Amino acid sequence: MDAAAPRPKENMGEPLPRVDARLKVTGQAHYPADLPTANIAYGALATSSIAKGKVTKLRLDDVRAVPGLLDIVTYGDMDKVDKPKFGNSGATSIGPLHDRRIFHDGQIVALAVAETFEAAEEAARLIRAEYEEEKPTATFDSPGTATIPAAGKSPLFKEDVKAGDFDAAYADAAVKIDQRYSTPTQHHNPIELFSTTAFWEGDQLTVHEPSQNVTGWKVELARQLKIDPAKVRIVSPFIGGAFGSKGPMTPRTAIVAVAAKRLGRPVRCVTSRMQAFGTQTYRAETRHRIRIGAGKDGRISAFAHEGWEVTSRPDAYVVGGTSATGRMYDYGSVLTHVSLVQTDRNTPGYMRSPPETPYVYALENAMDEMAVALGMDPVEFRRINEPKVEPIGKKPFSSRSLIQCYDQAAEAFGWADRDPKVGAMRDGDWLVGMGCATAIYPTAVAPCAARVRLTVDGDVRLQCGSHEIGTGVRTVAGQMASERLGVSIDKISVEMGDSSLPPAPVSGGSISTASVCSAVLMACDAIRTKLYAAATAEGGPLVGSHNEELELAGGKIVAKSGASAKVGDVLKAMQVGAIEEYAEFAPKNATPEALKKLYAGTPEFHGADQDEDSVKYAFGAEFVEVRINRFTREIRVPRIVGAFAAGRIMNTRTARSQLMGGMIWGIGQALHEATEVDRRYARYVNRDLQDYLVPVNADIKDLQVILVPEVDHAVNPAGAKGLGELGNVGTAAAVASAVYHATGKRIRDLPIRIEQLLV
Amino acid sequence: MRPFVYEQPADISAAVAIASRFTTSDDQPTRANAQFIAGGTNLADYMKLGVAEPNRLLDLNRLKESGLRQIRVTDDGIRFGALVRMGEAADHREVKERYPVIADSLRLAASGQIRNMASLAGNILQRTRCEYFRETSWQCNKRVPGSGCAAMEGFNRQHAVLGDSDACIATYHGDFAQALIALDAVVHAEGSRGARKIPFAKLHRQPGDTPHIETDLAADEIITAIEVPAMPWARRSLYLKIRDRESYAFALASAAVALDLDGETVREARIALGGVATVPWRAGAAEQSLQGKKLDETSAEAAADAAFAQAQPRQHNAFKIELGKRTLVRALLETRDMKV
Repeated sequence: MDAAAPRPKENMGEPLPRVDARLKVTGQAHYPADLPTANIAYGALATSSIAKGKVTKLRLDDVRAVPGLLDIVTYGDMDKVDKPKFGNSGATSIGPLHDRRIFHDGQIVALAVAETFEAAEEAARLIRAEYEEEKPTATFDSPGTATIPAAGKSPLFKEDVKAGDFDAAYADAAVKIDQRYSTPTQHHNPIELFSTTAFWEGDQLTVHEPSQNVTGWKVELARQLKIDPAKVRIVSPFIGGAFGSKGPMTPRTAIVAVAAKRLGRPVRCVTSRMQAFGTQTYRAETRHRIRIGAGKDGRISAFAHEGWEVTSRPDAYVVGGTSATGRMYDYGSVLTHVSLVQTDRNTPGYMRSPPETPYVYALENAMDEMAVALGMDPVEFRRINEPKVEPIGKKPFSSRSLIQCYDQAAEAFGWADRDPKVGAMRDGDWLVGMGCATAIYPTAVAPCAARVRLTVDGDVRLQCGSHEIGTGVRTVAGQMASERLGVSIDKISVEMGDSSLPPAPVSGGSISTASVCSAVLMACDAIRTKLYAAATAEGGPLVGSHNEELELAGGKIVAKSGASAKVGDVLKAMQVGAIEEYAEFAPKNATPEALKKLYAGTPEFHGADQDEDSVKYAFGAEFVEVRINRFTREIRVPRIVGAFAAGRIMNTRTARSQLMGGMIWGIGQALHEATEVDRRYARYVNRDLQDYLVPVNADIKDLQVILVPEVDHAVNPAGAKGLGELGNVGTAAAVASAVYHATGKRIRDLPIRIEQLLV
Repeated sequence: MRPFVYEQPADISAAVAIASRFTTSDDQPTRANAQFIAGGTNLADYMKLGVAEPNRLLDLNRLKESGLRQIRVTDDGIRFGALVRMGEAADHREVKERYPVIADSLRLAASGQIRNMASLAGNILQRTRCEYFRETSWQCNKRVPGSGCAAMEGFNRQHAVLGDSDACIATYHGDFAQALIALDAVVHAEGSRGARKIPFAKLHRQPGDTPHIETDLAADEIITAIEVPAMPWARRSLYLKIRDRESYAFALASAAVALDLDGETVREARIALGGVATVPWRAGAAEQSLQGKKLDETSAEAAADAAFAQAQPRQHNAFKIELGKRTLVRALLETRDMKV
């Protein structure tokens, strides 16, 4: 594969290297648990070894004898603070130390605090809980599940979408399938472990914790602790992998804050990887039934998608990917229904492309089956069913370049050389298979604030409370300021990841680039307006020029006529040392409360399927080659090509990296990743990276990302569609399609493993 | 983490002396108060997890005997010092030429970083990675004798189908050991009762009723060297490892194969199977079934059937019988086709 950053095409920004690349590769980037803190004490969690019941007693005698032990925070110690709330900022409503009830495996029963990390770990290990055990419900088909309709249970999933008369159309269809698919439990496993460091200066609380939502957490933590949000600061300058896991705050944060208050000392708690499986969120297992009916010409007339998702007893976490699958193709009629299955498990949460990963996997695997049933090329089948408007609300797509993506990816992949006959392609003892699938991700945008300052020396300081979760948003925001202010990127400092900065929405739903860049654009344009006004005023160096004839470049205001003025000189003439602008961006359809909600940590999302004028999605097409040994049936992926269109590409390097990482994750979802649940005890079994497999370098061979030019002015002022969660959608279905092509075996349950191909 | 005393004995006799002072003849090496550490890639991990709880660690890395760090090739075979690192042995030119099965088994194990740390003797003594063994909140007869086995009726996809018992089905995950048992290696050990040679096939113990007894070693015994006899035809040998991903994963099934061929006819076959058994597993019945036969897909399949005739499947690992057979068939055919 080509390691060089792609050259920008139409409507694409330069592949600037990340502004923090050197810091990261030299170990100088300080992640929250690395931030120097004086006089620190260490906390370690003790967690439950049962999934359901009650803690009757905690035996602490041995624990108190551990040298260096400072405190144990447990039942009763959180009574003066409020329980967590489940929602965008809160992972669960379970207050583990508010209640002796155990709702799930690995629930926090105590926090041991000691002078050293080792002593804290030892103390936590010696805490022995005694339980009154009840028989837990582990997952689908376990005794004791309760199944409820999902619609209306979450503000993010209001209704089951539908269109036309599915039953009649399906009954009349000449060719049809009716199949079931499933996806497994998955945990994010970011390499940076979860941690909380809390310290109090008087009544002011500071928390260092990897977070995708510093503003939301500030407000939620203040609510739990019953203090003014102005007294809480969340600091998260770098995040070592998030993928949604660091979006909602978990109960640990308030527990550590209480420990720090009791001790009058900073307390840092880094959870172990094993403990993260129970104390953080995860992607719950899903099941799907899909029915598709079509005419012999391949035109779909009926589509039904039913989904079942596991959630916890107290919290209705819904992903509900039918709102995307129901709008994907020109179906004619659509019927969908999503159900929640309540179990004795921790509350699931956002994980990279939460709705689309499982639901589009099911849809695209079914589309491939349908193409086979029709005897049709799978690319052609999608081309035939390309919609003019989406089938649910009959709205146009703000832009949709799916077919261009298919064409360019097919060309690069060499799809034309594929022998469509199952099992026909071989290389020695290896069966060769080729498959493809569609990627889709909704394009949303949220309100965002940013502050930009331009000094007389030409330095730019950009501040925004967004989060560098590895996507490159710090670079891309700097790049936007660089372009608008005509200042080179090395003169720009970008500050993010701190709730004392202008608020940004949660870094989730792939909204950050669009939301942040739109706010930065506004602030920069306000600076431009002031500069232009001064430069073109009576006695100014560019008097007589109109704003639209002016550009900022190379530290100068340049007029069409060729005349120019140094920005520094203009500022001097204005008798100021700097211009600073604070911008608050609100999307076109924002409500009057939108900005207030941004500051309150509950930002509105707009776009996707919510707007009146059009629906907004980014698309892609992925092609995969698999090789399967004829004896031992292990599956390898020597080649993968993805082509994606996502409006304006701000930086082809960071965009390519996001999509590449997504595709690699998609291969992992297809072949490797699964959290195993012991059904007897509702406990996770493979709680570390030894047994929870993700792809390693040797699994990824030739990977190609194609950026397809697309212009879309409707999505947001920056014209950018989020693509952080696009690349891993559809990949697993493309792999399943290739496995079918190689072997004739249709695998519907992920991950696809050797044992499914041996039989 | 529990506090422990850390010592660096200067030579083998000092290490043995300290170990025998802090252990008794009844102690199992994995449960003794004093335990040896070399690369630490397994023991340190299990100490952090509370699975191993020595209160005295004897670091062998400073032992002054230079033979511990050498690979010596002689007319009698090859001798690996116990402290030779996996990576070093995997890259050794003569190991690669004369015993490809050994070099493969090391190269395909763990990761580059771990291979650079882990010693050969430590590698063959690595303990099972059974998820229920690794995590102290589960029942485990190997970790806490008599406590029960959570894996038996639990999630047991990676567990053993050969050499198991009603007390334990934990897999022996090592790769190198499969090459050693196939080639009739011998282990040299030194303890308070003197030096002795242990045939590799006698080093590990099947779980039976006492899965906490893992090897034949005493708590104060140190492996000093591993000897592999000269075997000119071992140039035709390989290690095939089948796993869920391409690297850095334990074998779902593996096969160490060495063949002495007369044309296409098998004079002698050596076969060991990894990823499927509770201990390093020599497949004697499979070897015998091939003797004097033309090696082709049919005879290879018959050998594979013989190898797994006694296999005992559980809920999630039944596929390992079929996979193990196919792995062996493929390994036999690939070994036959090697250009040597």
